Amino acid sequence: MPEHDVLIVGAGLAGMRAGIESFRNGVDVAIITKVHPVRSHSNAAQGGINAAMGGEGSDDSWEIHAYDTVKGSDWLGDQDAIEIMAREAPQDIYELEHMGVIFARDEYGRLTTRNFGGASRQRTFFVADITGQAILHVMHEQVLKSGMRVYEEWFVLSLIKQDGACVGVVAMDIISGAVEVIRAKAVVLATGGIGRVYEPSTNGLICTGDGHALAYRIGAPMMDMEMVQYHPTTLKGNGALLTEGARGEGAYLINSEGDRFMKTYAPSKMELASRDVVSRSEITEIQEGRGVDGCVFLDCRHLGEKLIMERLGQIYELALEFANVDMVKDPVPVRPGMHYIMGGVKTDVDGATQIPGLYAAGEGANISIHGGNRLGANSLLETVVFGRRAGAAAAEYAQQSGAHPAAPESDLIEAQCQKFQMLMDRPDPGFTTAKLRLEMGVSMDKNVSVYRDEAGMQETLKTLQDLRARFDKICVHDKGKVYNWNLYSTLEMENMLDVAEAIVVSALARKESRGAHARLDYTERDDDEWLKHTLVYHSPEGPLIDFSPVTITQWPPERRVY
Amino acid sequence: MTTVNLKVKRYDPETKESRYQEYSIDVDENAALLDAIIAVREYQDPTLAVRCSCRSAICGSCGMRVNGHARLACKTKLAEIAPNGETVTVEPMGNMKPIKDLVTDMTAFWDKVKQIQPWLRAQQPPPDHEHIAKPDAMMDLAGTMNCIMCGCCVSDCASLEVDQNFIGPAALAKAYRFVGDPRETEQARDDRLKELSKYGGVWDCTHCFECVQVCPKDVAPMDRILDLRRTAMEAGYQDNYGAKHSNSFAKSVKNSGWLNEARVAVESFGVDDVSAQLKMLPTGVRALLRGKMPPLLHHKRPGSEHVKRIFQEMEND
Ligand SMILES: Cc1cc2nc3c(=O)[nH]c(=O)nc-3n(C[C@H](O)[C@H](O)[C@H](O)COP(=O)(O)OP(=O)(O)OC[C@H]3O[C@@H](n4cnc5c(N)ncnc54)[C@H](O)[C@@H]3O)c2cc1C
Ligand code: FES
Repeated sequence: MPEHDVLIVGAGLAGMRAGIESFRNGVDVAIITKVHPVRSHSNAAQGGINAAMGGEGSDDSWEIHAYDTVKGSDWLGDQDAIEIMAREAPQDIYELEHMGVIFARDEYGRLTTRNFGGASRQRTFFVADITGQAILHVMHEQVLKSGMRVYEEWFVLSLIKQDGACVGVVAMDIISGAVEVIRAKAVVLATGGIGRVYEPSTNGLICTGDGHALAYRIGAPMMDMEMVQYHPTTLKGNGALLTEGARGEGAYLINSEGDRFMKTYAPSKMELASRDVVSRSEITEIQEGRGVDGCVFLDCRHLGEKLIMERLGQIYELALEFANVDMVKDPVPVRPGMHYIMGGVKTDVDGATQIPGLYAAGEGANISIHGGNRLGANSLLETVVFGRRAGAAAAEYAQQSGAHPAAPESDLIEAQCQKFQMLMDRPDPGFTTAKLRLEMGVSMDKNVSVYRDEAGMQETLKTLQDLRARFDKICVHDKGKVYNWNLYSTLEMENMLDVAEAIVVSALARKESRGAHARLDYTERDDDEWLKHTLVYHSPEGPLIDFSPVTITQWPPERRVY
Repeated sequence: MTTVNLKVKRYDPETKESRYQEYSIDVDENAALLDAIIAVREYQDPTLAVRCSCRSAICGSCGMRVNGHARLACKTKLAEIAPNGETVTVEPMGNMKPIKDLVTDMTAFWDKVKQIQPWLRAQQPPPDHEHIAKPDAMMDLAGTMNCIMCGCCVSDCASLEVDQNFIGPAALAKAYRFVGDPRETEQARDDRLKELSKYGGVWDCTHCFECVQVCPKDVAPMDRILDLRRTAMEAGYQDNYGAKHSNSFAKSVKNSGWLNEARVAVESFGVDDVSAQLKMLPTGVRALLRGKMPPLLHHKRPGSEHVKRIFQEMEND
């Protein structure tokens, strides 16, 4: 049975950055991931990564970056964590550059920036519109250089908890179908987002909230799960993302009358207000009859062909391929689409969860940077800053803990194999996992999206209960061992049901409007009652809600206008 | 909605046998091939294995052969390849072993990427800030940076088909990304060019253009390979079959206006490499027997001085 000091679950940016830091700290570290590292969804990030470096003619500072983030979060972000991120950001950008990332440069050969949403200064570093891909591939190069073990295409099934601490994982090699225990003194979850809980979503098919569910089931709480971000510019048709970088470069949002409608909602920041604000404005425009087929338009025509091709080439292609629109010549139909989850496994500023030996980083974690609404380009930053910190903390924890505790390995493997057999032996219930997932996604998108209310969310909660009952009858038709998608997608569905339920109960609990959580029945932000985090714990009877205070260091709540 | 007909090559890992299976499924008019395959997997046949995630040509998971050529299924519009409901043939990528259905074993692919030591080797310790680098030089690398490691070029590479030792288009394009990076040290660049000039490296490409044609991200690996050859020769790596062949070819045309095939063959291996010359003997004899031996006496072509002049003008340029 393999064992390591530190085992990282996930090979996106957060996971690989954590792995590299553990490696530098001299421990035996391995990464386990359900897809090859460069297939991870970090590669989809287009727009860029934030850091306040000041530089010529700019009065930017880490404090201003932190304040923008606090305001973006609608004061729900923990300010101690936000300060750390803003302060450490420049060093992490330099480090990425030293690793080999080919960031855009100015004529003097120095790194250059673009504008992004919700930011009062220009501070977004970028690689054309393939920033995530460019960084992810370089991070993978560093992993190859280190020679650390990577379990590629292994699906983590559960976390092992012994004497209250996390001591490893049970995982399935997707290629061979073998189930194994991998022991570790510390485990770092870096499993990314939950997009597939919604339909549609900008996320890839692999974003199924596995890590959220894994941690939740062994007792770690998820925090602020009601905070789900809808991105203002997703493409009509397949729902692909068109980066905020387009608006950062100067693109307009216009309605059916050709008006730049954001002047009504955010007169000073216009198209570059926070995402929650822009998405709500679009929905209002559409509902008041100034949309076309449920969409408004992203207008890039005035940017010119050269800039579009050099800096927005990928989204140019997406619009052309998937919506038949040449954005040099025509405005592109867009609408808000589910994009990101601010909520995640609760951690401290070093990625430690409430369970000893279990750490988390990246989109799956909630250190509480983004609070009620994430600013564009803060998420890639979060993956590198807190991936690094979690990797270091996990290594230190592993060094201090003694020998590997002996987990009762064969029982754990046996239990999983029996579960698979049971799923395969069931009679065909007449519906598939894919069908259940679609129903879940559509219901979440209908009722737990840009605007929410009690009745809608209760309806989705009922749908979820019904789906769970039907899920208990699901049969896996593929009886083979090798690359059994039918099996692992069913396990993903099991995870997503937990995540969906956590989102809905948290959203029902928060009786106010804050950030991405805009309730039609509680329209105002209520700092007296609700300046606090929602926590959700797993229990056999269903999710349990609790609350915890928000850390305020230097920016007391203000009215949020853009 | 429109009906798509697929003929999918399936590989069963248990029996180790392949067969074709036909599916017919309704999808949106705007759908990509991947949408159809996913629909099959979700609603008709959950045993069909395929890798996919982003559905927007960025994760590099969904490479496969479509009507005989490698493509990303998510970037292949059905309306384009089957406008009148023609059956679309879908097979796993080539030059790789299938694992199950459309899922292939990419171990060799990644081993070759590792072989080129794919990480930046810059001066240590790094500067306090960023490296200062010319934006043009960086923009030049942008093309290769688009590579998403999908494997399409490797799937259809003709050279790899005959020699598995060839590093292949994807890894060589990646090598170009480092050789062209102004942040690499002279030493690192030199080491790379030396390695790449060896057997299996840049000279083993046969210019079949397949990689340029099938690359879904316009990386044009073959052009990068040609760039690498030029850079390697400029850096003095001329003592190898490919470089010698190239030099001898140019010399022959320059001096006589046409190709002295016999001499090029001898010079490519090196005039003093007797054992390599001997190995060519059987080929020579076979050519002789079939009347295909190039003339042993090589004459200048009329007008060859013009050819020489062209060469001189180019060299002075
Ligand atoms: C289209 C798009 C554009 C974006 N643009 C930007 C941007 O411009 N700027 C920005 O800052 N942010 C952006 N984001 C957000 C940002 O990209 C993500 O939040 C971030 O990359 C997440 O990184 P991660 O490392 O946490 O997770 P991911 O990169 O998603 O990686 C998750 C990893 O976990 C592994 N995994 C998951 N479950 C399991 C399991 N059960 N077993 C084993 N392994 C598992 C996966 O294999 C994968 O390797 C964008 C997001 C999207 C979707
Ligand atoms: S699914 Fe990602 S490249 Fe096709």
